[in-house]
Amino acid sequence: MPEVITAEGALRQDDWVVVPRPEEGEALTLPDDKPALVPADLWLENEATFANRDDIGVWFDSHDEPEILEGKVNEVPLIAVNFPRFVDGRGYSIARLLRERFGFEGDLRAIGDVLLDQLQFMKRCGFSTFVLRADKDASEAARYLDFFSQTYQAAGDTDLPLFRRRAS
Amino acid sequence: MYVYDEHDRKMAAERVAQFRDQTRRRLAGELAEEEYLPLRLQNGLYVQRHAPMLRICVPYGMLRSKQLRRLARVTRDYDKRFAHFTTRQNLQLNWPELEQVPDILEELAEVEMHANQTSGNCIRNTTTDQFAGVQSDEIADPRPYCELIRQWSTFHPEFAFLPRKFKVAVNASEKTDRAAIQVHDIGLQMVRNEAGELGFRVHVGGGLGRTPMVGPVIRNFLPELDLLTYLEAVLRVYNRYGRRDNKFKARIKILVKALTPEGFAEKVEAEWAHIKDSPTRLTPEAVEHIKGFFTEPAYEALENATDLLASQRFENREFDQWLAHNVDTHKKPGYAIVTLTLKQTGTPPGDVSDEQLDQIADLADEFSFGEARVTHHQNVVLADVRQDRLLELWQTIKPMGFATANLHTLNDIICCPGGDYCNLANAKSIPVAEAIQLRFDDMDYLYDLGEIDLNISGCMNACGHHHVGNIGVLGVDKKGDEFYQISLGGSSHHDAQIGKILGPSFAREEVPDVISNIVNVYVEQRTSEETFLDTYRRIGIKPFKERVYA
Repeated sequence: MPEVITAEGALRQDDWVVVPRPEEGEALTLPDDKPALVPADLWLENEATFANRDDIGVWFDSHDEPEILEGKVNEVPLIAVNFPRFVDGRGYSIARLLRERFGFEGDLRAIGDVLLDQLQFMKRCGFSTFVLRADKDASEAARYLDFFSQTYQAAGDTDLPLFRRRAS
Repeated sequence: MYVYDEHDRKMAAERVAQFRDQTRRRLAGELAEEEYLPLRLQNGLYVQRHAPMLRICVPYGMLRSKQLRRLARVTRDYDKRFAHFTTRQNLQLNWPELEQVPDILEELAEVEMHANQTSGNCIRNTTTDQFAGVQSDEIADPRPYCELIRQWSTFHPEFAFLPRKFKVAVNASEKTDRAAIQVHDIGLQMVRNEAGELGFRVHVGGGLGRTPMVGPVIRNFLPELDLLTYLEAVLRVYNRYGRRDNKFKARIKILVKALTPEGFAEKVEAEWAHIKDSPTRLTPEAVEHIKGFFTEPAYEALENATDLLASQRFENREFDQWLAHNVDTHKKPGYAIVTLTLKQTGTPPGDVSDEQLDQIADLADEFSFGEARVTHHQNVVLADVRQDRLLELWQTIKPMGFATANLHTLNDIICCPGGDYCNLANAKSIPVAEAIQLRFDDMDYLYDLGEIDLNISGCMNACGHHHVGNIGVLGVDKKGDEFYQISLGGSSHHDAQIGKILGPSFAREEVPDVISNIVNVYVEQRTSEETFLDTYRRIGIKPFKERVYA
């Protein structure tokens, strides 16, 4: 069961299972009694059965295009974005597009190579929950989520860049 | 010059605390080296040949005397009493101890300095013309826009892990480009449109390194207030689609080439259409607020000191030459722009001692309203010197080693630290620069040769900008031996061009002879008005090749 960090730094357990992309020719297998995150394109293929279910969400890999879910993001309760390596920064752009452009209102989760030192950037881009890489200690996460008390830019967390707040 | 408010100060202090925490965790084994690596890089810290190297940011090259004195103190207390100015207007320390870097950053933060994003795959220091605000031919002062870009790019949450490093430069002069904007990932040329409105011509995808390219124009006119949203669109397209599978193909220039400039521009426009009216769009009030930091100093109402200077020049030939080469015209009557050259033969180009940093601080206070500027050519500028005090200034700086009147000559060499310091280098570059300076030690001959950009890099990462030197020298490794490849015809100005490789490379001791041969071809072939580059462009590479490989 993954330990989930909230945007406020609280820890909780939840049951969401990331369903890996099935091998070519294999069918998508969902867990029996747990909520599941499926690859976003496969969710679309099964939209008729998956849409608006509270136990089926989607996940994007860093090279995926979030545009495929435009107009439908709020038909899923949870979207996860995978960071295959923490230095792969594409997930930050995906998160901002999902939140700011496509208006996703549900839980946006960072998964994969998620480390403490990047938590605040992720939060700023609109992520609302985080699952750290398995070997990392989540107990200190709260401190890293809000290390900086000030920011220059508008992003997923702030409507106004500092230059507008200053000038007002 | 920009002054921090409580927001900037808070962020600077928090950044130091963050890096102190990260370094502690690294030393305690809580952070693996690969996890710490991008964090330390984005705080300017490389691990180099002999010791860590710390690259300190000098935003768009502007320094106050207080900051210079602090830099001097840092080199004394934490390093070997010298530092190195880079081609991107930054300053490098070559021997800091890893454990002490958080303390150094704290000392810097006290004087509103930092090493943020001077390395790593993120948006680096935004650079500009060292004559910004004091030259008469600029469209507008570029520094407020540089500062706005600095703030926007600092700790940008979306763009901290780009495919590769990302450099932005802004130029405002119509006649000259001292910031080499066309060899930057984004080059912004300030322009006015037909209606007289201020904006930018946007070049994207220039750069040196392994695949040198001049950045094509992707937008002819970007309105002033759209600057940041458009940059955000370019960066987002790059962050999403730039290659991450191969480090050598990860710069934005490769993406621009793959999509074609038109194709890339379309993608940016499509992205920009979504965000151009977002809160990130600049407001006239925000621009005015930042412009308020770059107002003119308290100039006195003076006349040009033409007669005085004429008689001083007549009496002193050395002063006359210094004035002709190292002093430029100021927009205000009675003032002049002075370049302190850091290109004395025997000293690595761009190097300064702690004592010299203190001296520059004193000079800035005494002669130039307490400010100095770092140049892309690795020199330092006092931008606001009274003409009637030029002789006094010259007499003061001569013993300090700042008055070598070789600006823009063959001896005003741009040079990376090379194999003496850098891990990446294939060959040394500093001794090559020195050998060339020794060969061309006759000042009259140098002046006769006129403007020649000679740039030296110790490896193909091209920190010494060899591709855009009129004469470029590149250190290469041949089965463990250091060799040097020569290129000709490069330029980093408005007529930017990548130099052409002359032919097979040379051993280090051959380089001065090769340069002499090249220069001789120019002297024999030039017409009375031609610079080296003009002659090269007219006659091509063949005559040079024939002479050098004869």
